[in-house]
Amino acid sequence: MKKRNRGFQIFSIVFLAIACIMIIIPFLLLIISSFTDENALMTDGYSFFPKKWSLGAYEYVFGSSGMIVKSYGYSVIVTAVGTVLSLVITGLMAYPLSRKDFRYRNFFTFMVFFTMLFNGGLVSQYIMWTQLIVVKNTILAYIIPNLLMSGFNVMIIRNFFSNDIPFEIIEAAKIDGSGEFNTFLKIVLPMSKPIFAAIGILTALGYWNNWTNGLYFITKPELYTFQNLLNRMIQQVNFLSSGSTVINSSQVKIPSVGIRMAIATIGVVPLMVMYPFFQKYFAKGLTVGAVKG
Amino acid sequence: MKTKTVKVKKKRKESEIVFLLMLLPGVIYLIINNYLPMFGLIIAFKKINFSKGILGSDWAGFDNFKFLFKTKDAWIITRNTLLYNIVFIVLNLVLGVLFAIVLNEIRSNVLKKSYQTILLLPQVVSMVIVAYMAYSFLSYENGFINNSILKPLGMKEVSWYKEPKYWPFILTFIQAWKSIGFNTILFLASVVGIDTSLYEAAEVDGATRVQQIMKITVPLLKPTMIVLGLLSVGKIFYSDFGLFLQVPMSSGSLFNVTQTIDTYVYRGMTSVTNIGMSSAAAFYQSFVGFLVVLGSNALVRKLDSDSALF
Repeated sequence: MKKRNRGFQIFSIVFLAIACIMIIIPFLLLIISSFTDENALMTDGYSFFPKKWSLGAYEYVFGSSGMIVKSYGYSVIVTAVGTVLSLVITGLMAYPLSRKDFRYRNFFTFMVFFTMLFNGGLVSQYIMWTQLIVVKNTILAYIIPNLLMSGFNVMIIRNFFSNDIPFEIIEAAKIDGSGEFNTFLKIVLPMSKPIFAAIGILTALGYWNNWTNGLYFITKPELYTFQNLLNRMIQQVNFLSSGSTVINSSQVKIPSVGIRMAIATIGVVPLMVMYPFFQKYFAKGLTVGAVKG
Repeated sequence: MKTKTVKVKKKRKESEIVFLLMLLPGVIYLIINNYLPMFGLIIAFKKINFSKGILGSDWAGFDNFKFLFKTKDAWIITRNTLLYNIVFIVLNLVLGVLFAIVLNEIRSNVLKKSYQTILLLPQVVSMVIVAYMAYSFLSYENGFINNSILKPLGMKEVSWYKEPKYWPFILTFIQAWKSIGFNTILFLASVVGIDTSLYEAAEVDGATRVQQIMKITVPLLKPTMIVLGLLSVGKIFYSDFGLFLQVPMSSGSLFNVTQTIDTYVYRGMTSVTNIGMSSAAAFYQSFVGFLVVLGSNALVRKLDSDSALF
């Protein structure tokens, strides 16, 4: 009987090994392509075993074009500022909603909750942010629309506050003369580090990976974040290969086949390096949001 | 005694003011980002003229909807959105359960952790990057499949970005590839949580591991599967915008199998002539989507009230 179990275990190990290889292969091809000689790419295509290796793509990326470095800088700033702002607003909103003794709790909870069920759709949101409150072609366009606060995150943090922080502690602080805000800052927040870490990782990744806001609101290439630069390049690859449009020379310079992959690699590798460290919180953030909103 | 109640009342007022101030930034944001656009949905009934603004534009009645539903686009985008989502939901449940069970079989903690970490890796990259990866495989001139698989085998190269028949499979594969880790960890906790004495008893009775899984694990996971499945059904009118916009690289010959409601709304919005139909499609998505969420949630509540959204 033990033997039969062994059999299934070996099957599991092999099955998952194959699955993991399939997960990794596209990453590998991307990275190897970026280190492949341009001529080899032209003749043999993207390959796992290039005939000739080269650092040429990276020399170009870090050498001649300041745009890539700059867009990377924008991504870093947007991610940092956006994540901090988002956690502050979300935390501030979640706390009163977690307090059963707050009179208007139901009203505001519904206000948050309803946004999870119904939304105005892309067109009216677009008009909102371009006509009424104009963020078009400013760095605010990356930070504010859609990403700054989500109803889901407010509810998740609210649930953490009301389930994992004993009300007795809050009451005790009150009796000791601590004001509500002071209690929140000095007692509740330090006890809530795990949930803020989990939501913070998700938010930061959301900002880092976001390309939609740039797509909707940014038309000036000099304001592109890294994702938008990537996005723009892949779209131009497309109309290059379809051969239908003449490329305007004033537009973003189109890097050749290998350089494109080098730039994508620069986008991926830092994430891959940091990923094992934040994996735990990332996984937690994903499940806490999915299983119970 | 009286002064004490007055004091308590004053204290209460004070905390209320603090709470309201804490809520203020979030409330302002929700009003601007979420509630005003809801009212903005009325543009679906207007002849949009940006120079006159939303309120100033002339009313168009149901014209935008008439135009939209007269085109065959309305049918195509609805069909694509629903069919892809149905396939994704079923596939994600099956793969999630399968991978969670298989992962749970592994004894070595190091190996288990490593597998889980790798499976979750695609979840951290953006769809733009995924589109680059797909392109490195599918590009006609330089792609890996054409150059390193089809050519050496003496087969004809395929112009992937122009052949619609492959795309339902390509998109389904990429979707599964990207979300497999997430779907696995959704079920992993439930699999780990199953009482091991059940398996021990089955083993004494001579059940094989596969029998134990089919007769014990899967039935015990069923409630979680149903709830998670229904929650995704609630989002069935919304497609993964990045997947459908980025990965097919806006290739026009693929629109029949890659255009969903979200990409249609976006593409219409960026052209002056189609913005009316685009806003009608956005309205249609918001309202039908809302009804579906309410319906699926009502079902979830009946089955397992703790997992319901409300």
